[in-house]
Amino acid sequence: MIRIALRMLVGDRLKYIGLVAGLAFATLLITQQGSIFAGFTRRSGSWIRDTSQADLWIMDPQVEFTEDRKAMLDSALLKVRGVEGVQWAVPLYKSYVQARLQDGTRVVVRMIGLDDATLTGGPPLMEQGTLDLLKQDRAILVDARDVSDGLKLKLGTDTEGPRELRVGDRVDLNEHETVVVGTFRRTREFFWDPVVYTTYSRALRMAPPERRSLSYVLAKVKPGLDPKVVAARIEEATRLRAQTGEEYEARSMDFILAKTGILPNFGMTIVLGFVIGVLVSGQMLYNFILENQRAFAAMKAMGASNMLLLRMVFAQVLFAAFIGFGLGVGVTAAVGTLLHDSKLAFHMGWKVPVFGGIAIVVCCLIAAFISIQRVLRLEPAVVFKS
Amino acid sequence: MTNATATRTAVMCRGVTKVFGEGDFAVQALRGIDLDVMLGELTLLVGPSGCGKTTLISVIAGILNRTAGECRVLGEDTSALPDRARAAWRGRNVGFVFQSLNLVPTLTAAENVAIPLLILGTDHRTALAKAAVMLERVGIGNRARALPAQLSGGQQQRIAIARALVHEPRLLVCDEPTSALDHETGHKVMELLKEVAAGPERALIVVTHDSRIFSFADRIAHMDDGHVERIETPSRS
Repeated sequence: MIRIALRMLVGDRLKYIGLVAGLAFATLLITQQGSIFAGFTRRSGSWIRDTSQADLWIMDPQVEFTEDRKAMLDSALLKVRGVEGVQWAVPLYKSYVQARLQDGTRVVVRMIGLDDATLTGGPPLMEQGTLDLLKQDRAILVDARDVSDGLKLKLGTDTEGPRELRVGDRVDLNEHETVVVGTFRRTREFFWDPVVYTTYSRALRMAPPERRSLSYVLAKVKPGLDPKVVAARIEEATRLRAQTGEEYEARSMDFILAKTGILPNFGMTIVLGFVIGVLVSGQMLYNFILENQRAFAAMKAMGASNMLLLRMVFAQVLFAAFIGFGLGVGVTAAVGTLLHDSKLAFHMGWKVPVFGGIAIVVCCLIAAFISIQRVLRLEPAVVFKS
Repeated sequence: MTNATATRTAVMCRGVTKVFGEGDFAVQALRGIDLDVMLGELTLLVGPSGCGKTTLISVIAGILNRTAGECRVLGEDTSALPDRARAAWRGRNVGFVFQSLNLVPTLTAAENVAIPLLILGTDHRTALAKAAVMLERVGIGNRARALPAQLSGGQQQRIAIARALVHEPRLLVCDEPTSALDHETGHKVMELLKEVAAGPERALIVVTHDSRIFSFADRIAHMDDGHVERIETPSRS
């Protein structure tokens, strides 16, 4: 009878397409909103993931997220290097400074200073030039996306109109002249200010003088050692916080979610998407089952037990949910692929489809449960009514 | 059918009553029905609308519980059976031809006919094969893959009859099988019922108010206001 149930479901093409389209739409609402939320929160950890050469991030214990600058004394670097299990450790500088472009446009940028010797912690992908060019005098690297956006020459120069910043252009960072020697690609971040890379020592020279200037120490643990064990040793020896990239990313994400109100604001959108999805799919399923009520009553008269009718209805519901969910997730994934690396924050890991699937199945089962009550209470004698 | 074959009782009703609702809203649909239906016979239940015909066949077919009285069908008091056992009993022993046919519009003729077998647990392939044979017997074997909407009213009626007979029930209950058909088609349907459905081991009960088909009956029970007023046996008269 399960095959008969499925034939009943797909037999009326228009109704079937309508039902599946409704479920696909509900899935789309749920998974797309969920993916955008996931994308947003994930972007808060983009820089940490892009800076993947080290096993551990060592920072002041009061640092809450990637843009929270609470610098350490330079001596922290030496202390970390002295901890057993640390293979190498390098300094990393990060701070906001004011930049002035050739045309006078002033922009606040995030300046990241890399270890002069190794350039560890640099951007994940170079587009123009190489990372080594940072060793040239006054050199900086700029983001290939920023040159046409935040770092665009909006007023133009004496000889040219507004244009993208390009290799060879001069940029004043905190009144210190620098030269663009290359461009890089990075993962889009939650924060929007342009990013420039330079060396650690140059960054210190350009930044306002401070007694504490070391933002982070990036450390690699010796092969075969558990980074978390070494992190605990570093914390004990230095009284600083040492975390793996994943741990720091999670901490940043939690802080941003807690402080910015994204969770309740975006959560409302997700809940709304879920509720609309549930109502749309539930209503369509309910109507479908009610429309087949007479057929179920006839089967009941012909000897079908309530259990058999339940199995039939649940088979129909789960089949429709499966197809609708597949289409919905497919469209969500297609949209995500099309808009990949755009301003739309979109990330569909395994959690969104799994929780979206559970949500769709649950709402379908709720709709089925409500409508099946009428089928179960159905008097088979109604089939004798014309 | 002859008198010689009509010797065993398929349905025995004594003082059967059925009341719908309670208190001031109670409606007494059956008021003490006494009726015997014999195996091998075609019995017509006739009477005006609202006289209790449909209620009576619902009680006989085991889909409504009587309020009082005694009713044994094929030797079984179906009211005494639990719901699930009664449903299984219906599935094995009763075939239905509904007034509105109740064919599933999205299933083919063969699939519609196969439903009673599938309910009984027959595997899909076997059920469809038996359904095809049954459709041959009712004369529309070439339309097995057609949907009900692609068939005429008479052909749909044949599907309904094939569905009622495919699992070889011992009791066939037909509710107004000719009411929506013209005289010629209605006549053909009754001929088909007599030809295909009738047999010494099966009882046929047909509810109708169509006097044009009275001639097909072995026994006619005239009902009015919840009673069986009189029983005629036209073939014996």
